[in-house]
Amino acid sequence: MKIVVAIKQVPSRDSQLKINAAGKWIEDADLSYEINEPDAYALESALQLREKASGEVVVICAGPAGASQTIREALAKGADRAIHVETDAFEVSDPLALGRIMAKALEAEQPDLVMTGLQSDDLGYGQTGVILAEVMGLPHATLIMSMELDGNTLTVKRELEDGWFQNVEIPLPALLTIQSGATKLRYATLMGIKKAKTKEVKKLPAAELAVSAAQVIHLDRIYMPGKTKKSVVFDGPAKESAAKLVEKLRFEVRVI
Amino acid sequence: MSGILAVLEQRGGVLHKMALEALAAAQQLGSELDLPVCATVLGGGGDALAGYKLDKVLVVENELLNEYTPDGYTLALKQLIAAQAPSFVLFPHTYQVRDFAPKLATAMGRVLVSDVIGHRVDNGTLVLVRQLFQGKINADIRFEGEPPYFASVQAGAFRADKLVAGSAPVEKFSVELSAAQIRTKPKELFRESQRAVDLTAADIIVSVGRGIKEADNIHIVQKLADAFGGELAASRPICDNGWLPMERQVGSSGQTVAPKMYVAVGISGAIQHLVGMKGSKTIVAINKDPEAPIFEVADYGIVGDLFEVVPALIEELNKAKG
Repeated sequence: MKIVVAIKQVPSRDSQLKINAAGKWIEDADLSYEINEPDAYALESALQLREKASGEVVVICAGPAGASQTIREALAKGADRAIHVETDAFEVSDPLALGRIMAKALEAEQPDLVMTGLQSDDLGYGQTGVILAEVMGLPHATLIMSMELDGNTLTVKRELEDGWFQNVEIPLPALLTIQSGATKLRYATLMGIKKAKTKEVKKLPAAELAVSAAQVIHLDRIYMPGKTKKSVVFDGPAKESAAKLVEKLRFEVRVI
Repeated sequence: MSGILAVLEQRGGVLHKMALEALAAAQQLGSELDLPVCATVLGGGGDALAGYKLDKVLVVENELLNEYTPDGYTLALKQLIAAQAPSFVLFPHTYQVRDFAPKLATAMGRVLVSDVIGHRVDNGTLVLVRQLFQGKINADIRFEGEPPYFASVQAGAFRADKLVAGSAPVEKFSVELSAAQIRTKPKELFRESQRAVDLTAADIIVSVGRGIKEADNIHIVQKLADAFGGELAASRPICDNGWLPMERQVGSSGQTVAPKMYVAVGISGAIQHLVGMKGSKTIVAINKDPEAPIFEVADYGIVGDLFEVVPALIEELNKAKG
């Protein structure tokens, strides 16, 4: 079985973000990056499924040259090979354009299953997987917690709201978006890191895959959100802040 | 019609709680942009909409839509949108909408602007606000090219209590669907376990997030909850790691709470968590990052290391209680 996992590289979760001078994106020169966390769970699910069903796990990542770090990590964890769609951040800010580019890059692969995280920690559209499924003509299911393969059919457990779940049968080939946290992530072994250096990374410039289509949404600007509430914030020494807060809670909020 | 179409959600004929907010969004945008407003709901529940001020309610009935499937909903709505030709199609940003609306938009060559938290009308053009980087940054987005334009609105972005009542004509719309077009087979809904903890009944909730770093540290926040006389809760990563049971999770995939006081300890405040607690009467945040989005909704906050702040707070609370 051939499983493709779409992964993305995003700024580390604890990054202090600053808006760039143009107000269109963040200052990204000094940031450190990591794999988008939901995609790490998608990769883990794919590796677990390969252990049961055998076959191949191919990662695809659209991003700048620096994304090769995240691709190498995925290979070190056990992916067999990778496709790096080389593009800068702006080209990938429209999820439909990205979906079309990725579908084109995957044309020759004919995967049995495509997996990706439910959303990205940066743009957070939560749509790439579903768009990719539609462009590739595949059935899909989102927010998947676990899966069982039976012949050519997967039974997947979907998360719904308010603690509800639903099992769904989906025929292969198909696309799944994976919910975070449903399984434990593995670490790369030393052997894995060594092996990763010899694994194939196919580089495809996005410009060569670009599907001509007019832009349908436009990002005007990005900015720090204004406060919706007037908050009283203490930032002094812990003991002092604690005393001030307790006083407010006693005499203003009267919850103590 | 070149108006606004609100696509709502129901289960067992009962509208989803966020559906009414999406309907309020449609009414509000309708009056700001001077456009007629229609609403539709698939698989039943359309009669509940007839009591609102709308140009019409479109009821789409087909036995293949009784159960939700992304294929069925996409094929049906594509036909409805092609026939009605609305300029804007609005959805509540529910899990179900996240499952099919990007597919529908893609099938029509459009992009869904998902998770909208605000809007403004700029010289007659709609500008939508959505969050990036887990709520740390906002973005203004405009539609380009030809309609229809698709958007989904996050919980709390529009207020259901601003809905305008009225009397709307109900019209049936039939769609062409065949069973062979629906590729996935949904099974029964289920819950994992009975909930022993009802967080919605608590007056005070003390909630813990990623900032706690490891399972062995949870007891620090439990002590704070005890000192407040409140219930302990958590954000999703804590429950995913198994550090606290799922029944203590607050957020879009857990419980929605509105206690008298909600104390968020080491929780950055991603939108999925905020939608589960922002109705709380008083919100207190403790976080080391002054830019954490949780401070945007907090009434009171302490910027500092929770491992110093929480013990200090417990000591002060015990002092105050004498």
